[in-house]
Amino acid sequence: MFNFLNSKNFRDFHDHYLYWVKISFLSLLIFGLIIALFISPADYLQGDTVRIMYVHVPASWLALQIYAVMSVCSFVTLIFKTRVFTIIAKSVAPIGFTFSLISLFTGSVWGQPTWGTFWTWDARLTSMLILVIFYVIYIMTWRIVSKFHLAEKLTSIISLIGLANLPIIKFSVDWWNTLHQPATIKLTESSTIHPSMLTPLVLMFLSFLAFSVIVFLIRFKFESLKMKINKNK
Amino acid sequence: MNSNIKRRLYFFLVSLVVVLIVGQFVFKSLKKNTIYFFSPSDLYNSTEIPNGLIRIGGMVKNDSIKKSGNQYKFIITDKQNEISVNYSGIKPNLFVEGQGAVVEGKLTSRTSLTASKILAKHDENYMPKEVADALKKSGDWKKKYGK
Repeated sequence: MFNFLNSKNFRDFHDHYLYWVKISFLSLLIFGLIIALFISPADYLQGDTVRIMYVHVPASWLALQIYAVMSVCSFVTLIFKTRVFTIIAKSVAPIGFTFSLISLFTGSVWGQPTWGTFWTWDARLTSMLILVIFYVIYIMTWRIVSKFHLAEKLTSIISLIGLANLPIIKFSVDWWNTLHQPATIKLTESSTIHPSMLTPLVLMFLSFLAFSVIVFLIRFKFESLKMKINKNK
Repeated sequence: MNSNIKRRLYFFLVSLVVVLIVGQFVFKSLKKNTIYFFSPSDLYNSTEIPNGLIRIGGMVKNDSIKKSGNQYKFIITDKQNEISVNYSGIKPNLFVEGQGAVVEGKLTSRTSLTASKILAKHDENYMPKEVADALKKSGDWKKKYGK
């Protein structure tokens, strides 16, 4: 099972295509930033503050999606003991952690002028902080526990416990009264954002995604080679 | 599938069911305790007036903001009940009539409150100014955003 997901395939992909992923990241980022900062219009209410959204929203999406990837890989690690998935989960964790920090930081920079406060304990903000804490615990457990087999089990369990937090973050704005606004881009209904503002948002998301792939490929290669060396000792 | 994988899978499924049942209880109690703000109607329907700091959320009623110096007087409404608010201090950028706001402070009666903090609530609509003006002009604003 999962034979096609050989860790060598990932390393080969790194060696052959990393350059192209880097090129697409840079072009998406430059293109996205120019549209987000200069071409796209100011919001009718917020004015230029809306431009923070083009960093905040893609970072928040990726923080959640990467956590989901990490949890699925942890599940496979626990049940099927497939090593590749352990390395994937370990490699993506710091990327998601960084994006969750960016999300909190840009959120409070936006919140100060718009809401009138940097931070408030509403359900969305609190559950997002809990996500950051889960990332920290996950990464720290890999560092602290030196026995690989124990670390692999512990981190996977931690990540699966934290998975319960994801729907809470996503739906907190619908379930409870929160200061944070509900989702603008919905899968089932039409979005409440003007197309001229949706374009830079999508471009920025794609560029952040490409960045995640770059960091993932580099980290995956490093982690899997490290494991190979340890095995041969 | 070999028996070890099967065993681990069963173990996982059993713990998942246990966690879901426990989670259900936690969620139910959270739902009661994680109210960030009350609406004026919640207050109107409550049997006793709460003491201490309380947050009230709703829409700032049109033409209700009266300003003198840094003193503000305005009305928060949820279209059924209203509460009048006194506040002195700096207001956030987005605190304008017809938009959502959350005020934090102490109740002086069932329908009035002295706020120590006001927070503007932003809704999920993003559009350029020209589009907003055009929508308001053509009358589609009310249909689309209910304001």
